[in-house]
Amino acid sequence: MIALLIRDLRLAIRAGGGFGLGLAFFLLVAVIVPLGVGPEQAVLAKIAPGILWVGALLACLLSLDRIFALDFEDGSLDLLATSPMPLEGVVAVKSLAHWLVTGLPLVLAAPVLGVLLNLPVAGYGWLLVSLALGTPALSVIGSFGAALTVGLKRGGLLMSLLVLPLYIPTLIFGAEVVKRGAQGLAVGTPLALLAGITAGAVALLPFASAAAIRVNLR
Amino acid sequence: MELRVTDLAVARAGVPVLEGVSFRLLPGRALVLRGPNGIGKTTLLRTLAGLQPALSGRVEAGEDAIAYAAHADGVKATLTVAENLGFWARAFGTRGVGAALAAMNLEALADRRAANLSAGQRRRLGLARLLVTGRPIWVMDEPTISLDAASVALFGAVVGRHLAQGGAALIATHIDLGIAAEVLDLAPFKARAPGLGGRIGAFDEAFG
Repeated sequence: MIALLIRDLRLAIRAGGGFGLGLAFFLLVAVIVPLGVGPEQAVLAKIAPGILWVGALLACLLSLDRIFALDFEDGSLDLLATSPMPLEGVVAVKSLAHWLVTGLPLVLAAPVLGVLLNLPVAGYGWLLVSLALGTPALSVIGSFGAALTVGLKRGGLLMSLLVLPLYIPTLIFGAEVVKRGAQGLAVGTPLALLAGITAGAVALLPFASAAAIRVNLR
Repeated sequence: MELRVTDLAVARAGVPVLEGVSFRLLPGRALVLRGPNGIGKTTLLRTLAGLQPALSGRVEAGEDAIAYAAHADGVKATLTVAENLGFWARAFGTRGVGAALAAMNLEALADRRAANLSAGQRRRLGLARLLVTGRPIWVMDEPTISLDAASVALFGAVVGRHLAQGGAALIATHIDLGIAAEVLDLAPFKARAPGLGGRIGAFDEAFG
């Protein structure tokens, strides 16, 4: 298991591994939006929570199809499936690797980008907390979508269509936490729902993903 | 560790391709599968490896006894030869890749990125993976593709040593590896068409 995590992280940071792809996209979104919307600070402050969360979500989506497709193409997935590691564990480890490579950098970069979007000061802490709680769900749900479409050529579009509706609750509650936090309101309810979605997804979806991969390998 | 296959029927994409396949593979023995293209050699091997369910019949082997080597080598281009092999060694819970590197004549290439290997060198790396699995029954699908004559002989010797240590090998191949092996011709086991009394595949069940 640990060997697989180390291998995936190593592959990600080597040339062409896709590390930084999501982060660069997130950065571009946060830089471009103020240019498009205009410099009114009140407007930017109002839309900042939503834009940051949408940016994070799309940045996650960008790298999803690599999770299993590369291993499928070079035959590694067949060999992993016949190895002593349970496929559920393989899926969980690969989701974790995806989060470490994509989600965690987004969490850490978000406060800096909040400055560009004039996010109210009270919102920074909640932005960090909501992304830290929400992005693991994005990686796990995304792994499920990638597992469903693993054998398909150019399955990226289908995967996006499958995954986006499942991302909506995380997006709504995540952005709500930041919005309320920025206005100084209580954030308990959306935060609990956000954490609940993540906990449920992390607990259940690896089993569904492993089942989908088994079917797709036949 | 013995591999026993009884009255096995397998399907590719829902269409039955082989039926009534039975054989025993004892420790220290090798069995070569022969048959024309499309007869179902790969499908049979994938079924034995547990990657797809059989239509009917039984496959008896010890738990985690089978190591499968497919057409694709599962080699990561951006990792070095030693890193690739080391990952599989740890995944299978064995230690040390030195013996496997030496056996497949890869020692000089250990620190080279797999992207810079030739097709034959990459294939040798894929086959070296079998050595680090520590599993007794090797199931191999066309293992000698893109190997030169010297490498085929090298690989034949590796398989021979594996057999001498009590392992077993099931090989789908069209060329002679230079090891004593029984031959199983799959042509007589070709699945009959449904009109001739053969079984109806999953595909037909869905639409019939």
